[in-house]
Amino acid sequence: MATVSLKNLVKKYGHLEVVHAINLDVEDREFVALVGPSGCGKSTTLRMIAGLEPISGGHIHIGDREVNKLPPRQRNISMVFQSYALYPHMTVAENMGFSLKIAGKSQDEISAAVADAARTLGLEELLERRPSQLSGGQRQRVAMGRAIVRHPDVFLFDEPLSNLDAKLRMQMRTEIKKLHAKVQSTVIYVTHDQVEAMTLADRIVIMRDGHIEQVGPPEEVFRRPASRFVAGFIGSPTMNLHNAVVGAGKLVFANGDTLPLPQQFRDRVTEGQKVIFGLRPDDVYPAGHGIHSGEAAEVHSVEVPVSLTEPLGNETLVFAEFAGQDWISRMLNPKILRMGDRIKLSFDLSQSHLFDAATEKSLRG
Amino acid sequence: MNENQANDLKKMLLKFGHLLGLFIAMTIICLPGFWIVLSSLRPTVEIMAKPPVWIPQSLSFDAYIAMFSGVGQGGIPVLDYFRNSIIISVTSTVIALAIGMAGGYAFARYQFRGKTAIFLGFMLTRTVPGIALSLPLFFVFARLGIIDTHFGLIIAYVALNVPFTVWLIDGFFRQVPRDLAEAAQIDGCTRWQAFWQVEFPLARSGIASAGIFAFLISWNEFALASQLTRSTNSKTLPVGLLDYTSEFTIDWRGMCALAVVMIIPALTLTFIVQKHLVSGLTSGAVKG
Repeated sequence: MATVSLKNLVKKYGHLEVVHAINLDVEDREFVALVGPSGCGKSTTLRMIAGLEPISGGHIHIGDREVNKLPPRQRNISMVFQSYALYPHMTVAENMGFSLKIAGKSQDEISAAVADAARTLGLEELLERRPSQLSGGQRQRVAMGRAIVRHPDVFLFDEPLSNLDAKLRMQMRTEIKKLHAKVQSTVIYVTHDQVEAMTLADRIVIMRDGHIEQVGPPEEVFRRPASRFVAGFIGSPTMNLHNAVVGAGKLVFANGDTLPLPQQFRDRVTEGQKVIFGLRPDDVYPAGHGIHSGEAAEVHSVEVPVSLTEPLGNETLVFAEFAGQDWISRMLNPKILRMGDRIKLSFDLSQSHLFDAATEKSLRG
Repeated sequence: MNENQANDLKKMLLKFGHLLGLFIAMTIICLPGFWIVLSSLRPTVEIMAKPPVWIPQSLSFDAYIAMFSGVGQGGIPVLDYFRNSIIISVTSTVIALAIGMAGGYAFARYQFRGKTAIFLGFMLTRTVPGIALSLPLFFVFARLGIIDTHFGLIIAYVALNVPFTVWLIDGFFRQVPRDLAEAAQIDGCTRWQAFWQVEFPLARSGIASAGIFAFLISWNEFALASQLTRSTNSKTLPVGLLDYTSEFTIDWRGMCALAVVMIIPALTLTFIVQKHLVSGLTSGAVKG
């Protein structure tokens, strides 16, 4: 068990800097997810922690050891690859026991450790098979088995579920969470899927263009996004984000439509300031179909036309036109709506976000 | 006739045509070999007969017996030639494979300056016919005093085979996913162990096929060997075939018998290595 600490970590390819002096401290037994769009540097960061990619600057500590120049085998880590990377010429048991064999453990010890891991992951029946005889989900489990067999200090996961279909992905997500609860190791998990990050992690690190945008528990990055980017990246469906200008205690949108300036931001903006107004689909809803049971304190309602609906069964996503743009709203206890129907749309402004248009940083204190 | 029956018939005809095509192709490929074996067993009169005698009238192993009977009784130093051929072919193949593995791996895994140019240069050397090299090589070897030695021919064959083995093995290492070596390193392997434990076993089929090709090229090569060898010290089997030609006659039967003796080891080796040539071993390594 160990902490992981990155200090001013830099990665350059030639003159191109892809990771810009990032800092991150991962606690012992913590589950941290690195999330961001492709090319944001999250996999590169993970590979630097693993020792598969030399670092161009800064420091990496695992536990109290500086591992900057250590090869992967001396870092006592395990990694689950996106491609699983199972050894095709070995059986499942040999795959799982490979690290112990290399470490010079006796056959008895290896068999016992493999049997133990196989029991944890429900792989007992598959031990004599080769990877080519396994389904995607089984291969994924073997890859995890290979990782847990030798009780490493840190588990690294590199988009482990992105090759699986949606249903299997959900199932494996649960298994990874259970596994973490059982083995209690430090985990660093890279994914581009914010749902995975939200459901699994104790803390989420949102990366963009080689920088860390925000670090925090899932609830915090969802409720209090530090920038427009985080607000747009976390949450599904995505937050409604529209440009506006502050004028006479109101938010004025491009076509002249207005919303009252949310109270919490009254003292934080100046007249004429260009801002980005954000509101999650949960907080803009057809009147009477919202997530909040009673009327929230700061609700503003507007009558608007429906431009599209996406029924999901227990709820319907309603796209309604306001201020010249489509707003996504979540309608609970849905009733049938047609295109062009006029509905009363409630904006719960107490839940709203404001970002500075220039810096894209949150204006919340 | 309904559509289903028509389709069935079409499928049957196609299959028949397929088999017939294969039969004709195999006949064309195998007939010369078969003719050599047959000719080694027939009297010269029958071999030279016009029109050809298709069905042999008498078969005998006289040519084989004569071959091993020693000089002066129609024999040639076939055991010396055989020994030379084995030493030269095996040694040059082993060296070409070692260099080919190192080079192929480097080309498949590492980025370095001038990579494409070097690779292209390797391939260009293959465009030069061996016979064109024989005269310059002869001069160089004569200066170095390595004419008529195993060593000389071994270097020549290594140089001939290395571009080819590098190229072939490079292709096979490319098919081994990079993730596997990385996974092995994380599992505790050094770079070297990761290569031998994971990447080498997976590229083995490719290395085996490169080995067979290199061996067959060295085993059968004539143009260079005929220039660079002189005596039983270093003459190989293909050059030994010339022992059956004299000023006015060619002993076709003896030549064919020696050809059969040459073919047998090559065929045996190919047969042994064949099981390693099964590809598709890497399937299942990564998502499939």
